[in-house]
Amino acid sequence: MPDWEALRDAGSAIKADVLARLPELLEELERNVSARGGVVHWARDAAEANRIVADLVRAKETDEVVKVKSMATQEIGLNEALAEEGIAAVETDLAELIVQLADDMPSHILVPAIHRNRTEIRDIFLERMGDAPPDLTDVPRELAMAARAHLRRKFLSAKVAISGANFAVADTGTLAVVESEGNGRMCLTLPETLITVMGIEKLVPTYRDLEVFLQLLPRSSTGERMNPYTSMWTGVTPGDGPQEFHLVLLDNGRTKVLADEAGRSALHCIRCSACLNVCPVYERVGGHTYGSVYPGPIGAILTPQLTGEKSDLPYASTLCGACYEVCPVKIDIPSILVELRAREVELGGASPDTADRVWKAAMKAASFAMADGARFRRAARLPRVLRAISRHGVIRRLPFPGSLWTRSRDLPEPPKQTFHDWWAGREDER
Amino acid sequence: MSDARTEMLSRIRTALGTSTPEPAPVPREYRSAGEHAAGSAEVLEVLVDRLVDYKAHVHRVTAADLPELLAELLAPGPGADPGRSAEGQVVGSSSDRSSDILPAGREAEVARARSSVVVPPGIEPAWLAGLADVEVLTDSREAPLSAVELDGTDAVVTAARVAVAETGTIVLDGEPDQGRRAISLVPDVHVCVVRTDQVVQTVPEAVRLLDADPGRPLTWISGPSATSDIELDRVEGVHGPRTLHVALVS
Ligand code: SF4
Repeated sequence: MPDWEALRDAGSAIKADVLARLPELLEELERNVSARGGVVHWARDAAEANRIVADLVRAKETDEVVKVKSMATQEIGLNEALAEEGIAAVETDLAELIVQLADDMPSHILVPAIHRNRTEIRDIFLERMGDAPPDLTDVPRELAMAARAHLRRKFLSAKVAISGANFAVADTGTLAVVESEGNGRMCLTLPETLITVMGIEKLVPTYRDLEVFLQLLPRSSTGERMNPYTSMWTGVTPGDGPQEFHLVLLDNGRTKVLADEAGRSALHCIRCSACLNVCPVYERVGGHTYGSVYPGPIGAILTPQLTGEKSDLPYASTLCGACYEVCPVKIDIPSILVELRAREVELGGASPDTADRVWKAAMKAASFAMADGARFRRAARLPRVLRAISRHGVIRRLPFPGSLWTRSRDLPEPPKQTFHDWWAGREDER
Repeated sequence: MSDARTEMLSRIRTALGTSTPEPAPVPREYRSAGEHAAGSAEVLEVLVDRLVDYKAHVHRVTAADLPELLAELLAPGPGADPGRSAEGQVVGSSSDRSSDILPAGREAEVARARSSVVVPPGIEPAWLAGLADVEVLTDSREAPLSAVELDGTDAVVTAARVAVAETGTIVLDGEPDQGRRAISLVPDVHVCVVRTDQVVQTVPEAVRLLDADPGRPLTWISGPSATSDIELDRVEGVHGPRTLHVALVS
């Protein structure tokens, strides 16, 4: 990619511009979506968003909806809220389906079922899917085809779909969903009603800006030139796709983040997960340790800001800087972490009973990275990492095997070096 | 919900408050176009390379030969993959055929004497002139087939709006020669006809073109769907057509 840095500069500047003009751009988006037959809703918090969605679903007299993976709906606990109203939300991304069937918690933004191995997945399918072929083996292809058949029935009959959005274009009202599996297309195309829940920061000002983000996102996310499918729609297209479209604009703490000059750039995040893939701490402790929908480096800055609660997450970092180097929108995560830590100290520190958990995990991770300099340098270098997750089958060499999630047993011995020794040593190596 | 609206907008204004960042101009130093012209040999070569990489089947034909190609691709026959009968024209890899991965029980379905294909209302009739033993169903916004009917259809033929060589992407925009989004999604085989002059080199060139009608529903397709969710092992053809044929017409 000859112009990668130029694309990052543009992406970062566009997102800064979005935040600076957020009220006008949201109003512009609302106007354009409405003009094309969509209905825009505003939700101050999770409860309000869940209420809006549940009411919309109930008005359609259905008790099952299909869903395409979305961090925003996970953040607000939409599935649980719908379940309380007797509405089943069927997750249709393969990994989310596995997690949902297993009644588990996702561990990685991009590959949520990374901690489940194929035999476990087969067992989950056989036990919980209902219509899995009884002779199902644990070959990934067969498992995927069993899911295809299972979900096809859901797609063909679903009346309502719920999605998130990767981008919303203010000047046209166009929404975009970027995906790999095709379940997004199914959800966005077949049901009569589509409800999209989107954080207010997902805007881009102009249609043209898509040319930047459609290049940045796939490469940062999965290392591909382009993801298999991207869908874009503007309100309702008569006779094509859902004939009723609702867009729920979600605050839920985002305006708090916006108010923080030092931390607001966390709202630039396009959820690519590149920072997770290069983070030595994340590599070591896995997604569950963060106790949040947003794990890894971005989670460490976004979660405490969104919730406004005291948190030990800003300590879950060695400040190695790899996340900043790979971030397609150039969020300076290490600097924000330092700022958040300073504030925790002012507040009297993170609560001692829980702080130890992440802090120790982080320190152990530091020793782990330190124990193998080559490993660390590998983690810090984008091109290598991206190659590792390209389409060409070397994908299994990614440095976070499923067996990693064994927090209580598999962590290495306590550090033999102090953090500062490690830091100094790392500087020398450069 | 106007209360929520008012309050959110005022929260945002308060949050930005005195510290509103200056709206700086966006630097656009990235490439806004490639060095090769649309439809040039260089651009086509890159597109074919990418499509093959994505396990699509690429066929390069002249306009005169297109009906014959479509007849071969859509002919009922053994196996779910019509590419099998297009020997010699398949540039793409056909080793990883979707027919190999049909769940048990589906094989029986494909050995029928007659196959079916859905087409959009504005398809060029001449393209279909060579079809034999193929039931042709026309779907339109005014007279759409149901999702279940589409699910019972073997294949779909559409045109395209634009293709991006560097990313191996084909964009459909729902116009009458491409049809409703559902028709290129539900059948298991998608034959997409792309004119060589529709192939641009870079993403910005395509976006510029699409920006002329931003309200159209778009589907960007870069190979069959895929997942790496099970132990990061890549599986192609999760949802949507498991076989993608691209007829590149000069
Ligand atoms: S912070 Fe940057 S690298 Fe991390 S997920 Fe967000 S956009 Fe990607």
